[in-house]
Amino acid sequence: MLGLGRKDFGLLVIVALLTLLAPFILNPFPSDSSLAQFNAGYPDLMQRFVIFGIFAIGFNILFGLTGYLSFGHAAFLGVGSYAAVWMFKLLTMNVIPAIILSVLIAGVFSLLIGYISLRRSGIYFSILTLAFAQMSFALAYSVLTPITNGETGLQIALDDPRILGVSQTADGSIPVTHLFGLEMRATEVVNMGPWQFQFSAGYYLCALLMLIAFYLAIRIFRSPFGMMLRAVKSNQQRLYYTGLNARPYTLAAFVISGMYAGLAGGLLAAMDPLAGAERMQWTASGEVVLMTILGGAGTLIGPVLGAGFIKYFENIFSKINDNVLHGWFAFLPDGIEDALVAVVHPFIGKGWHLTLGLLFVAVVIFLPGGLVEGGQRIARLFRRKPAPDTERAHQHTPAE
Amino acid sequence: MTKTNVTRRGVLRTGAVAGAGLALPTYLRAAQHEGFTNAPTGDTVTLGFNVPQTGPYADEGADELRAFELAVEHLNGGGDGGMLQTFSEKNLDGTGILGKKVEYVTGDTQTKSDAARASARSMIEKDGAVMISGGSSSGVAVAVQGLCQEAGVIFMAGLTHSNDTTGKDKKANGFRHFFNAYMSAAALAPVLESLYGADRKAYHLTADYTWGWTQQESIQAATEALGWETVENVLTPLAATDFSSYIAPVLQSGADVLVLNHYGGNMVNSLTNAVQFGLREAQANGKDFQIVVPLYSELMARGAGENIAGIPGSQNWDWKLENQLGERYTGTNAFVQSFGEKYGFPPSQAAHTCYAQTLLYADAVTRAGSFNPCAVAEALQDFEFDGLGNGPTTYRGADHQCFKDVVVVRGKENPENEFDLVEIVEVTPADAVTYEPDHPMFSGGSLGSCNPGA
Repeated sequence: MLGLGRKDFGLLVIVALLTLLAPFILNPFPSDSSLAQFNAGYPDLMQRFVIFGIFAIGFNILFGLTGYLSFGHAAFLGVGSYAAVWMFKLLTMNVIPAIILSVLIAGVFSLLIGYISLRRSGIYFSILTLAFAQMSFALAYSVLTPITNGETGLQIALDDPRILGVSQTADGSIPVTHLFGLEMRATEVVNMGPWQFQFSAGYYLCALLMLIAFYLAIRIFRSPFGMMLRAVKSNQQRLYYTGLNARPYTLAAFVISGMYAGLAGGLLAAMDPLAGAERMQWTASGEVVLMTILGGAGTLIGPVLGAGFIKYFENIFSKINDNVLHGWFAFLPDGIEDALVAVVHPFIGKGWHLTLGLLFVAVVIFLPGGLVEGGQRIARLFRRKPAPDTERAHQHTPAE
Repeated sequence: MTKTNVTRRGVLRTGAVAGAGLALPTYLRAAQHEGFTNAPTGDTVTLGFNVPQTGPYADEGADELRAFELAVEHLNGGGDGGMLQTFSEKNLDGTGILGKKVEYVTGDTQTKSDAARASARSMIEKDGAVMISGGSSSGVAVAVQGLCQEAGVIFMAGLTHSNDTTGKDKKANGFRHFFNAYMSAAALAPVLESLYGADRKAYHLTADYTWGWTQQESIQAATEALGWETVENVLTPLAATDFSSYIAPVLQSGADVLVLNHYGGNMVNSLTNAVQFGLREAQANGKDFQIVVPLYSELMARGAGENIAGIPGSQNWDWKLENQLGERYTGTNAFVQSFGEKYGFPPSQAAHTCYAQTLLYADAVTRAGSFNPCAVAEALQDFEFDGLGNGPTTYRGADHQCFKDVVVVRGKENPENEFDLVEIVEVTPADAVTYEPDHPMFSGGSLGSCNPGA
């Protein structure tokens, strides 16, 4: 269906269901229980899950298929955000023009950077992209302050022109981002017994775009073009010897993944109209690499899982403080309670990087194929006979 | 070509999914209609404390968090009550706010606007925070203030010193107790004149974001009014940790004063670099070379160690105020005592302003009789109070800025202990640092109207 094989269509349906039902799936704990701390089903985080999912899917088209490791993808995300916020400032608060412009600008920008960086491969390509991203960051952070507002970040203001919209609403506040009148921050809160579920308009827009992005990624993975990209990954020399020029293919992959990043950046700005230079910093570029590897590079669903995993840690673990810990361990005698809190303390709050790092190390050592491999191993345990699919999947990989 | 195989299992699975999907809209809808965002419904109320736990302002953030915890403890009737006893309003009786026990959530702003907004959004959307406080960077404060305005909750700014916070980026839902760059410059200028004379050439190093820009603008205007000359202003990235390359050209520039418009870790590093380059012993234009740090804090003094000796700057508050300048600054000792008892050292000005903001919010809610942001904002506008350690203070309604005395300090030459690094030079009365709401440095923005959200 939709030009997809049966397995891929099944995967698309599963992803669609997961994203549509995310408000339920991510809020498994009643809102007044102590475990509510671990609920992730609030609009901001759900939006981040799918937006960074788009970012990682795009990155995976480049890294997973061609093996070109770009360390500068955050630059495209940042450019997309700035483009979107400028659209909000100048044209209208409707998100459609902003998203379209952010994708286009990121595409042009990635064409420029890709054209130069792709003259080299391997580590040199990575360093080139890193250099370009850091240059963009420095530009956004200080040199281009009139355009980017530097470290403070580009924000919308009451006196922006907004040619097709209003500068300020009737009651004197800044208008909010909307899709033909449907406010992006509009949230329907549904209470079911002790559970509380939040359905956000912005989230469903992002989820819809992620599904489209995911569908396109599947089509690219299964297309002859995708096959060429895999050929680049397995042996570029051989490709050249057979008389094929690989660069147009890699450049196309680079631009496509740059546009995905731009879409993610535009969506970030559409959900919360602010663009900061730190979105372009090398740590942000590194984050998407981590997401892809953690989830499983070269797999379809992997990057989305990785993105969700990292964003969950960033937003949930960083908010656990000693006070919360004392609440959990309150049933223990005082001495043991304090000792336990002291042991757990370095891993929560600002120490969430440490927890994430340990998990990352564990995943890379024990599950080199990322979370997807973990899922496959679990699935294999429950399957009656050894799966023939995995063997078939291996045959797809061309011989080295 | 697509082949369709209908199996019993497939039909069951599809049926279950379709059923769940169809049942979805029939769930009971219980939308909240209290008229404002996150109206507290149970017997508790949640406040969000969003502070930098990592990045150049992490020390300030940690101290702010301590103060917030202390304030919550006092509001809930724990501890010795701190400044609740000296506060001129007596509405808070240790039973929480409006009888609701105060709970709080914390977040890490990472000193980045983006991360700060994400953290604040999760507090509002997930934890149901009805007020957000904190910040330790004006860039972050401006960004979070904008978010709170959109979301319809009150923002009680913590440590933010940029003119823009209550200037061009002011918002109806945002309130600032802390002083600002203009006030610093106005208080500092006369002291600088008496210390270093009216004929000086200044070289500015400025943190490259909203606070640095307005701080530099303010101090440049104030010193040029004295007759000083500004040689150059160099912008440095907020994330920088090594300033040697910025310090090196200073001595050759013909300047004889270095103004460090830096704060927190930035200032500790740049001052240390400046001292390493021998600027303190240097001579320029036949005068002793001098260093000025317009915005000062005990935490920074502790970080910079003996390098800070003799360097002048300004503060919002100092823990020695009441001991040295008497009754007018009542509240200071009460706060220092309860903070010291709990944590073992005196609080910084960042801690003080956050503690005061929490109390002011609680009191405003109590006086308004509602958590509704619009009612709270009305209660805070043009509110006059005393007993929070700064002397008589006014929350001006026109821009939501507090007006109070400014403390001019300098690093002690021979500190007795590690907490007594700063000596008070003089206190500039509030009148001397007051400006019109439409002052050019603050113009260009508008409060807009209060937004209760929902």
